[in-house]
Amino acid sequence: MPVRGRVGIDERFCKGCELCIAVCPQKVLTLDRETLTSKGYHPVKLTSEVGCTGCALCAVVCPEAAITVYREAVRAAAVTS
Amino acid sequence: MAKELLKGNEAMAEAAIRAGVEAYFGYPITPQTELLEWMARRMPELGRVFIQAESEVATINMVYGAACTGARVMSSSSSPGASLMMEGMSYIAGTEIPCVLIDVMRGGPGLGNIAPSQGDYNQVVHGGGHGDYHPIVLGPATVQEAIDLTILAFDLAEKYRTIAIVMADGNVGQIMEPAELPPMREVHRASPSWALTGAQGRERRILTSIYLDPYEEEITNRRLQSRWLEIRAKEVRFRAYHLEDAEIVVVAFGTAGRVSLSAVRAARAEGLKAGLFRPVTLSPFPYEELAALADRAKAFLVVEMNAGQMLEDVRLATRERVPVGFYGRMGGVVPFPDEVLSEVHRMAQGGAGDAGDVRAKWLERLAQAPN
Amino acid sequence: MVATAMETLVYRRPTSLTEVPTHYCPGCTHGVAHRLIAEILDEMGLRERTIGVAPVGCAVFAYNYFNFDFAEAAHGRAPAMATGIKRLLPDRIVFTYQGDGDLASIGMAEILHAAARGEAITVIFINNTNYGMTGGQMAPTTLPGQKTTSTPNGRDVKLAGFPIRMAEVLATLEGASYVVRRSLHDPKNIRLAKKALRVAFETQRQGLGFSMVELLSTCPTNWGLTPLEALRWLEENMIPAFPLGDYKVAPAVAGLAK
Repeated sequence: MPVRGRVGIDERFCKGCELCIAVCPQKVLTLDRETLTSKGYHPVKLTSEVGCTGCALCAVVCPEAAITVYREAVRAAAVTS
Repeated sequence: MAKELLKGNEAMAEAAIRAGVEAYFGYPITPQTELLEWMARRMPELGRVFIQAESEVATINMVYGAACTGARVMSSSSSPGASLMMEGMSYIAGTEIPCVLIDVMRGGPGLGNIAPSQGDYNQVVHGGGHGDYHPIVLGPATVQEAIDLTILAFDLAEKYRTIAIVMADGNVGQIMEPAELPPMREVHRASPSWALTGAQGRERRILTSIYLDPYEEEITNRRLQSRWLEIRAKEVRFRAYHLEDAEIVVVAFGTAGRVSLSAVRAARAEGLKAGLFRPVTLSPFPYEELAALADRAKAFLVVEMNAGQMLEDVRLATRERVPVGFYGRMGGVVPFPDEVLSEVHRMAQGGAGDAGDVRAKWLERLAQAPN
Repeated sequence: MVATAMETLVYRRPTSLTEVPTHYCPGCTHGVAHRLIAEILDEMGLRERTIGVAPVGCAVFAYNYFNFDFAEAAHGRAPAMATGIKRLLPDRIVFTYQGDGDLASIGMAEILHAAARGEAITVIFINNTNYGMTGGQMAPTTLPGQKTTSTPNGRDVKLAGFPIRMAEVLATLEGASYVVRRSLHDPKNIRLAKKALRVAFETQRQGLGFSMVELLSTCPTNWGLTPLEALRWLEENMIPAFPLGDYKVAPAVAGLAK
């Protein structure tokens, strides 16, 4: 099962520069043309709830440190007997 | 401590050390290089910072950085180097942090020569760097005064978060005289609330001179001006010689002041009521004291080693309610007491030949002088 | 055994950055450089011991974006200012952040001599082949034939000379301990840039002398390109002119740089 990830884009900082969109290997980022930030930019958003793997390449290229990246962790829990 | 035979430049350097200076940055330039060389030997001995920088531009910016840490820091130079430091001085003033500079003035303009002059008065006393700011400027006339004023410079700079400049003519830097150095003060690293030291356990701090919003820049300027008004009210210093009943008041600072004192004493011996007003702070300038003298003097004679720079401040102070004569030597030439004495005679006779442009008449007299 | 799924945090904005949105143009790699510095200072636990020196240039307000002590230098004078600070506070981490004009033009004397003296500071040099803040004039790093507002017909080497390769120049100085050039144009190079910045700050932390990292960067606005086009322009034009690599790695630093 592929790792599931999620990103949060902080609209205070995102300038819609599209560098993250270009670098995303899963092609799950897009400009949100329905929204304008307070600075007048179209921020970036995920295209859907599935697809992101939390690889964080978007965060690596983001000039604004606007992206928070989460990844679903699969953990083994101890069985109490 | 006992009196020693000391050279002005070295005395100023050692005085700064005794005052607890922690960092000296400098560049060789005659006639103050001895100051740098003294520091090169002494500062490392004491575990303090010494750098011979690549230029006076680099020097003043090292001073700027070091001053940001709250330490006592200084540099020294001479006229062409002082010109190079003007940008940095404006930045330091705009950042409102203290530092001490020593300018040992030489003949100019341009490369000029290495002989003594007072040609930097305008650029040092009236700012020099861009923008509205006023450094404190102290003008020593003797090696002892150079020591005392160097120490005072650090105290004043710190007290008012301002630049304090010891502005000595080349003669004061070079002569050797008996003088007394104070005992060594412990280096006390002040930790003012504005200093950059690393934001450990506190809010971070920024030291800058840029205020992009004009209204904010004006607030900074108002703060600078208010601080200046306080300095003007409290820090004027001067020396008065034979002024109680003086009719001819000679106004001169530094070496010109010393030479003029000899002339004034000679005049008194001839029965002339001459006196000497010697500003010690050129900035803040003793406007009020001179204005008061204008109420009772018959004439002033400004004597300078330049083309009449302090002259304008004396004119302003006295509103020329009585004649203000001028005598100056330029280019590194130092006046002799007999020259000043014959000027005192001229003023006593009503300032003969001074009608019209004081400078033009003075230049004519210079042209006719034997040397 | 039962597997449970929860989310872990993979990346978050570094705490050495303030919460102030930057004034840099969209896609400008100044932001990437800032972010990398902040990440490194967070990772090394150095935020509270660091003092930065800001340049005159687009990054003149860098101090608004970093959450630690900062001074503003006169144009080109940051290495001299940093020298003053570091000599008085040798156990703090002092770095300058400078652009083409600040470092390679008006500040040429100050950077050369700081490196020659082996000042234990770190210099981050943002090379984007033009003067960004003042609207895109020629810089000492402008390429031959490159159009700028002061070389409207393209840089003519007969009149305006050739670009200066600062990493190579500083590497000739014995006083320099770590001088490298990296680029910010794609994730792989950004990661390599971060590694180099880390070595540079380690060099300083361990008292091993002067370090400089030259970062090839974009200026979309003044190049007249989109942020993405600008990355490609950098890759195609700047890397051949300013080759990436390690130009000076002092023996003492070599262990850090592996």
